[in-house]
Amino acid sequence: MKVRVYVSLKNGVLDPQGRAIQHSLEGLGFTGVHDVRAGRLIELDVDDAVTDEALDDMCRKLLANQVIENYRIERVAA
Amino acid sequence: MTGFRSAVITFPGSNCDRDMADALEKVSGTAPFRVWHGDAALPERLDFIALPGGFSYGDYLRSGAMAARSPIMRAVVDAAGRGVPVLGVCNGFQVLTEAGLLPGALMRNAGIRFVCREVALTVENAQTLFTAGYAAGQRIVIPVAHHDGNYFADAATLDRLEGDGRVAFRYAEPVNGSARDIAGVLNDAGNVLGMRPHPERRIEVAHGGEDGRALFASAVRGLVGA
Repeated sequence: MKVRVYVSLKNGVLDPQGRAIQHSLEGLGFTGVHDVRAGRLIELDVDDAVTDEALDDMCRKLLANQVIENYRIERVAA
Repeated sequence: MTGFRSAVITFPGSNCDRDMADALEKVSGTAPFRVWHGDAALPERLDFIALPGGFSYGDYLRSGAMAARSPIMRAVVDAAGRGVPVLGVCNGFQVLTEAGLLPGALMRNAGIRFVCREVALTVENAQTLFTAGYAAGQRIVIPVAHHDGNYFADAATLDRLEGDGRVAFRYAEPVNGSARDIAGVLNDAGNVLGMRPHPERRIEVAHGGEDGRALFASAVRGLVGA
């Protein structure tokens, strides 16, 4: 089964990368973009037996740094 | 000044490990053990452990994240818990935060750009194992070279760090967006120091100055009582 883990910076944490992307978009002539936050998508292909608890544990122990990041886990039907 | 038993850990992608080993040998008179990230154990009876700068594991996932989960880090965390002094410089600082030995995290520089230059630091706490050779408030010049040196922690954590004297060094002026211009922090027990600037690159006149030397000398003096 496919699992998607979305990792994003917490609100209030400055995202210089997102800001640079926003500036570049402005430079390309796109208007109306108020803010850009860059995150990370991690796709896992896991055994069906892997539990939600185990996935959560993976996020907490490695995939996300909870000092600065939030994560969201999504199981994707094959 | 013999018998200073130190170790420098090398991860895949470390690139300041030789400079660190050189500094430790020049200041202590004894060459450090060189330890590979895949080793399970550290040499016995260590006086000092150094995690060098570089781009461990290619900065994959987050800088320092993979290195913090490598086999040797369990032994480093154990040793730190027993009070063995641990110094993490640059990427080594990130490894220490990712390993949970120090609070906070290091993020992309606020100005986006890689910063590689000499910066002025203020010694905030001169009563630590690592800083006893400096005077409180002393201004020193140490080089930085990083892309992700923007120290972040929540306000409560920052207040606690400052209140407990755990900010060892502060940038004399903003360099990378670090919260409260923090350049180096200590753990609660005071035996783990993480810092972004590179003291090992400033230990002899040929480096342009010797301001980093006192950091290693402080540790050596404090530990072997020479």
